[in-house]
Amino acid sequence: MDTSDNILQQASPDLVRGSDTARPARAARLSPSFVSWLQAGPMMLVFLAFFLIPLVFVVIVSFWDYNEYQLLPAFSGRGYTDTFEGCIAQLPDLCTIAKTYLKTLKLCFLVWAITLFIGFWVAYFLAFHVKSKTWQMGLSLLCTIPFWTSNVIRMIAWIPLLGRNGLVNSGLMKTGLINQPVEWLLFSEFSVVLALVHLFTFFMVVPIFNSMIRIDKSLIEAAYDAGATGLQTLVNVVVPLAKPGIVIGSIFVITIVMGDFITIGVMGGQQIAAAGKIIETRVNALQFPAAAANAVILLVITFLIITMMSRIVDIKKEL
Amino acid sequence: MKEGRPRSFYVLAIFFAAYVLFLYGPMIAIYVLSFQGPQGGLTFPMNGVSTYWLTKLFQGTGIIDLGASFRRSLLLGVIVMAVTVVLSVAAGMAFRRKFRAQSILFYSAIASLIVPSIITSLGISLEFRIIDDLIKTHWNENFETSMGLLTSGLGAHLTWTLPFGLLIMFAIFNRFDPRLEEAARDLGATPWQAFRYVVLPIILPSVIGIGLFGFTLSWDELARSSQAIGAVNTLPLDLQGLTTTVTNPDIYALGTIISAVSFAVITLALGTIHMLNKRQAAKGSDAGKGLV
Repeated sequence: MDTSDNILQQASPDLVRGSDTARPARAARLSPSFVSWLQAGPMMLVFLAFFLIPLVFVVIVSFWDYNEYQLLPAFSGRGYTDTFEGCIAQLPDLCTIAKTYLKTLKLCFLVWAITLFIGFWVAYFLAFHVKSKTWQMGLSLLCTIPFWTSNVIRMIAWIPLLGRNGLVNSGLMKTGLINQPVEWLLFSEFSVVLALVHLFTFFMVVPIFNSMIRIDKSLIEAAYDAGATGLQTLVNVVVPLAKPGIVIGSIFVITIVMGDFITIGVMGGQQIAAAGKIIETRVNALQFPAAAANAVILLVITFLIITMMSRIVDIKKEL
Repeated sequence: MKEGRPRSFYVLAIFFAAYVLFLYGPMIAIYVLSFQGPQGGLTFPMNGVSTYWLTKLFQGTGIIDLGASFRRSLLLGVIVMAVTVVLSVAAGMAFRRKFRAQSILFYSAIASLIVPSIITSLGISLEFRIIDDLIKTHWNENFETSMGLLTSGLGAHLTWTLPFGLLIMFAIFNRFDPRLEEAARDLGATPWQAFRYVVLPIILPSVIGIGLFGFTLSWDELARSSQAIGAVNTLPLDLQGLTTTVTNPDIYALGTIISAVSFAVITLALGTIHMLNKRQAAKGSDAGKGLV
């Protein structure tokens, strides 16, 4: 209901109840629902044309046939059978696609655990230890600014540090800890996880901070007064109240890492297979139905993870 | 609670400082390295200090036309910014009262934010391929493609910037006092006047924030551009291409320039927001000025 109706209704319930004619005539030249459609319609159209319909096309095309040159709009399960080629014959050994997804899930779990740890404590520090509003604003902004610069730049920024002749290696060589440069620092799973954590901890900090800032500080004092230790307060008061932020942050990080192909490509030296990379490789080979089939699989897995997580908290209520 | 700062404060302060160092350290490294001397390589130590690699970018390295992609990225960023601001404010206004399809729009925005970018990008590219095929078979055999910077590319970027814009609008109207608008209506303002003279001036600083998000998100966007932009490249796409081929510091120089534009836009926007807030504080009240 229109906010103006609410206020009028509080003032004099009889005036508004059940009739639109009691509204001032000048405000009602266009019906409110029409105005709403006019206001929200353009955005809805953009999502329809560039998000919802494309998703439908992904599903449809995943069932089309293809040859080396083009899409063939005829029903076929080839996109899926090509993807799972040899999976049953190879049992109990895992086939390529299964291994790739396990690797993706592993990367995802590592990045999630690390970003959650860092994000939680950074948000905790900002929300509970920084007392002045100005400092809180300033320090939050400090964490936000890198998010506004290109991800690729933030990835390649690790090269001069981690490379064979990079700062880390030359530093370790000088101190005599190692005789030869360490090779696994760059273009490895290590560098992929490091870069992903570097890029996306921001998505953890912001929602957790938002949840924590809403926690009534007197609850924490009450816990202390009742004799709780710091750890008990943390586990029984802070974490449950910050849970919505934790879940939202986790959803962001997990979905980003599940679909990532750029960071894994650049930081993995194009060597590491992951769910997003498969799609990119298939597209580059112009095998669109196979790419779409992989996109559908990725979408289903991502959707399952999100459903599981949103069981824990009602996302809409928290925004 | 105890007087003074607890020990946990110092532990966490060090942790926070380490995080900030982790965040900025590598980036500062490449900004510094982009000022390598002409003989310098991809890593430290510096081999002289010069602006050689920065100027080399503008002369054209021969591999790619950076000037053209710079202009394309800028054009796309500005258009995405404008569209994001207008559509987000409009939809934000709509969400202040209930309307049908409200939750469809809300969940579309959230889904668009969290469905992996590669899937959205692939979907848009498939959609435009199918449109192309339709045009070719039914209307014009010589038709090339409808994909491009301002069709599929613009759409792809909007699926990324609009959800952010909408969420910012929610945050704004959570804090907005609807009585101000009521007062305007009671004084005889039309809905448009109430918006133009009451609501907009109040929310303007945050609306600039939406514009800032729109531009920088588009300016740096890569994953959604990758399949959906058509034949041309944006600056981040060029940069990604360089990561596999180039062994000179010009890649850092390019990174420095892209970041510089981002930082300039952020500074400009924050400065404007600050100025507007000060103006609002100084001129927002008409107490004692009598009736207009």
